[in-house]
Amino acid sequence: MDWSSIFPMGMAHYLIGGLLIGAGVSWLFVSTGLMGGASSFLTTVWTYVTKDERFNTSSNVSSRTWRNVYALGLALGALIGVRMLGLEMSVTEVSPWQLAIGGLITGFGVRLSSGCTSGHGICGMALLDLDSILAVLVFLSTAIVVAHLVTAFGGVA
Amino acid sequence: MKPIALLQVLISGMLFGLGLTYATMVQPEVVLSFLNFNDFGLLLVLGGATTLTFVVYQLVPRIAKAPLFATKFSTRPANERSRTLLGALIFGVGWGLSGVCPGPAIASVGAGNWPVLYALGGMFVGAYIQGRFFSAK
Repeated sequence: MDWSSIFPMGMAHYLIGGLLIGAGVSWLFVSTGLMGGASSFLTTVWTYVTKDERFNTSSNVSSRTWRNVYALGLALGALIGVRMLGLEMSVTEVSPWQLAIGGLITGFGVRLSSGCTSGHGICGMALLDLDSILAVLVFLSTAIVVAHLVTAFGGVA
Repeated sequence: MKPIALLQVLISGMLFGLGLTYATMVQPEVVLSFLNFNDFGLLLVLGGATTLTFVVYQLVPRIAKAPLFATKFSTRPANERSRTLLGALIFGVGWGLSGVCPGPAIASVGAGNWPVLYALGGMFVGAYIQGRFFSAK
C-alpha cells in the first residue's frame, strides 16, 4: 500500500501531535481528576455576562474558572508552538462567511450535544461511552457530506 | 480549586494546544482536506490522542485512589441520547462548512490564525442561542 496517497503530508506530525493532545487530556485527569473537552467553555464564559439561570447552573459556575484556564492553556500552547518552537502555520483562506456561519452552527450543535471532537471524540471514546461513540460517527459523517457538498459547489475546501 | 491544581490545568491545556498546532489542526484547510478524503491525517491525530487517553482513563483509577491534586476522579456529565445525537448532527454541518471545531478555534487565537476568530465568535453566539432557548431544563 502506498501510504503517501492517503497521507500526502506524512504521518509523523499527526501522530506526535495527537499524542501531545492525549498527554494534555491525560495529565488533566491524572493531576486533577477532570475530564476536559473544549466546548463547555463556550457556555461557561456566558455566566460572566448574563444572570440568566439557564447559564448560571451550579456545574457551569463551579467549573468556569478551570475551563477558562484550560482555554488559556490551549491558546498559550499554540502560541509557544508557533512563536518559540517555530511550527509552521499559514493563515487560513477559508472565507469569513464559511467560518462565521460554520462556527455559529458548531457552537449550537456542540452545546446541544454536550461535547465536540475532544469531549465526545477523545474523552467520551476513551471511556468507551456508547453515546459519545455514536456522536462521533454522526458528526464525522455529516461533516464529510457537507465538506464534499461545499467542494462540489466551489467553496474553499 | 487550589492554585497548584489550576497550574496543572494550564499545563494540560498547553500540551493540548501545542499538540493541535504540531498536528496542523489549527489550519482549517487541513481539517477540510480530511473531510474531503484528500489527507487522512486527522484520524491519526484523533486516534493517537484517544488511544493514550483510553489507557490513562482505564488504568489510572484502578491504580490510584485519587488524582494528584484533587480528592476524586470525575465522570462525564450525562446528556439525553436524542440531544447528544441531534447536536452531533448539527455540529457536523458547521464543522464541514468551516473546518473548525472548538479546541482548534481557541488554539488558533494563540497560533495567530486570526480569521478563525470569525468561527470562534460564531461559536460563542451559537452556544448562547443553545443555552438561552434550548437548554436541558
